[in-house]
Amino acid sequence: MSLGGNARSGGLRDGEPMASAGLRIAVASGKGGTGKTTVAANLAATVVLDGLRAQLLDADVEEPNCHLFLRPVIVESTPVEVLIPEVDVARCTLCGRCSEVCEYKAIVVLPTTVLVYNELCHSCGACALLCPEQAITEVGRATGVIERGAVEGDAIEQRAVERGAVGKLAFVQGRLNVGEAKPVPTVRAVKGAVAGEVDVSIVDCSPGTSCPVVEAVRDSDLVLLVTEPTPFGLNDLRLAVDMTRELGLPFAVVLNRAGVGDNRVQRYCEQEGVPILLEIADDRRVAEAYSRGELAIEAVPELRARFRGLWDAVVTSVGATASLVQRSAMQASPTSEER
Amino acid sequence: MKELVVISGKGGTGKTSLVAAFARLAGRSALADCDVDAADLHLVVQAAQREEHEFSGGKVARVVEARCTGCDRCREVCRFAAVSPDPYRIDPVRCEGCGLCVRLCLAEAIAFETVVNGAWYVADTPFGPLVHARLRPAEENSGKLVTIVRNEARRVATENGLDLVIVDGSPGIGCPVIASLAGASLALVVTEPTLSGKHDLGRVLDLTHHFRLPVAVCVNKHDLNPALAETIEREALTAGARFVSRVRYDATFTTAQIAGASVVDATHGLQMVAAAGRGDDGESRPAAGAADDVRRLWRSLSRELDDLTVGEAVR
Repeated sequence: MSLGGNARSGGLRDGEPMASAGLRIAVASGKGGTGKTTVAANLAATVVLDGLRAQLLDADVEEPNCHLFLRPVIVESTPVEVLIPEVDVARCTLCGRCSEVCEYKAIVVLPTTVLVYNELCHSCGACALLCPEQAITEVGRATGVIERGAVEGDAIEQRAVERGAVGKLAFVQGRLNVGEAKPVPTVRAVKGAVAGEVDVSIVDCSPGTSCPVVEAVRDSDLVLLVTEPTPFGLNDLRLAVDMTRELGLPFAVVLNRAGVGDNRVQRYCEQEGVPILLEIADDRRVAEAYSRGELAIEAVPELRARFRGLWDAVVTSVGATASLVQRSAMQASPTSEER
Repeated sequence: MKELVVISGKGGTGKTSLVAAFARLAGRSALADCDVDAADLHLVVQAAQREEHEFSGGKVARVVEARCTGCDRCREVCRFAAVSPDPYRIDPVRCEGCGLCVRLCLAEAIAFETVVNGAWYVADTPFGPLVHARLRPAEENSGKLVTIVRNEARRVATENGLDLVIVDGSPGIGCPVIASLAGASLALVVTEPTLSGKHDLGRVLDLTHHFRLPVAVCVNKHDLNPALAETIEREALTAGARFVSRVRYDATFTTAQIAGASVVDATHGLQMVAAAGRGDDGESRPAAGAADDVRRLWRSLSRELDDLTVGEAVR
């Protein structure tokens, strides 16, 4: 798996201004349980129903949930390996250099042997590179898995096809193996798994603001921060805003369960000049549909137009190329039977 | 000393609201907020900050431009794609502090500096001392900070003659969660009756099993989907949970949070602003509803913690 590769660097084709991963939209939040998965899965389904080619990348590898709502058929499963040192005891002179250069205390030289603590290793390669006896080789150790598939034969795609659209939803998710501490390599693998030519990639992130989230939102054209109108929602939104600012990424807010608390999030967004692209009203029907693993846009049909509005707002705010906007509008407008 | 850790797998299931209620019901205990990415407990336990300490998660490499010869060696060896050329710079967010570039730079042009990337705090609350922290955004080493928060909470518990630490954990199953579990007495996993809640609970129970930790399960908002709540409870017991407990959906959780208090305070004469009466059915539930459930849950937890102490003494 390449570490620094930018998936958007794919070659341009004639008349095709967008690169293969398309627009990259990350869905994140400081606080957990605010509705990231709801926003990611419903937005993906909405754009596909409108004829776009999309991929959903579930980068919440500790607890990936998008599959529960999109029910993809997984066709390929690949382990995600990290490199760990393996010491050739025949060559090792117990000189202690490896342990000296390891900043993570992951390799320890004892009087008669060398111990490697796999879970502390960051796979930096220092021990192998600096071993004077070349007694260390790096070997792969699986810490997670990525699964690829498509939401085929599913209601979403059938409906898109019935309406003459070519929409298609590719699906990738990562799963960290239980007991593993470091999710970042699996997040990175999910982000690198671009499923062919798509118009938009939607990345569902884990909650919080630290390393797995940073890896998941990196290189996004827009980060949607999902929050709720409560003290916890506001506190954690501020932290998420700090993170996206620190990374220099454009961001906007989706306010979920609007009406459940007070107006503090709206006031904050107004003061900070942060646009709120969608407010989803607190609605027991949405919560119950969620509990059953159903998409909100199917359980509450009027939400379909709201998610289409969110997509339009996303496209406007990133200033996407005219062709994509046109395409979205062209295929969305003639069929609005659900309104 | 006993240590109760509240975790969830899935975020937003009500960990912090429950910990705030437990703090009150316990009377006096030490509190540790180990959700260092997004700490919220201090907002609902009337925390008054007493101490602030810097946290350093490690070192970061930095190119000293005047000495750099542009040989590209640093970029070649960096596994984290942190180095960009012309002029050579190291992205402090991408840098994992392995120091390999520092060691291999022929011009000795890379500085390796300890960075402050967070802080931890000790606060006083009416229910005992609270230790919480803030990892700066986009930083790593949350596990190390979680360990500090837990150790400090135990320290202040000892200093104050308290024999219980209540830990508010973070969502997920990765590094901060693992760091909050090691050596704990009992884990309470808070879930909700949704397919996501069920799925995530399964992974968390695998994790607690992995660490051989006694565990209890709370299905919060159980009336959102009673059938699924029952399935989850059955599965939790099969997976070895000591007990399962239910808390009903109740708008009082939100009103209490807005008032900076916990759901059990709501019935102690604290004037709640009216979110009551909202909702599709136009019905507001009696304020005592969820509070009663939480009290029942706390009684079960206390009993379990007492039993564990006996068990440990025997061993």
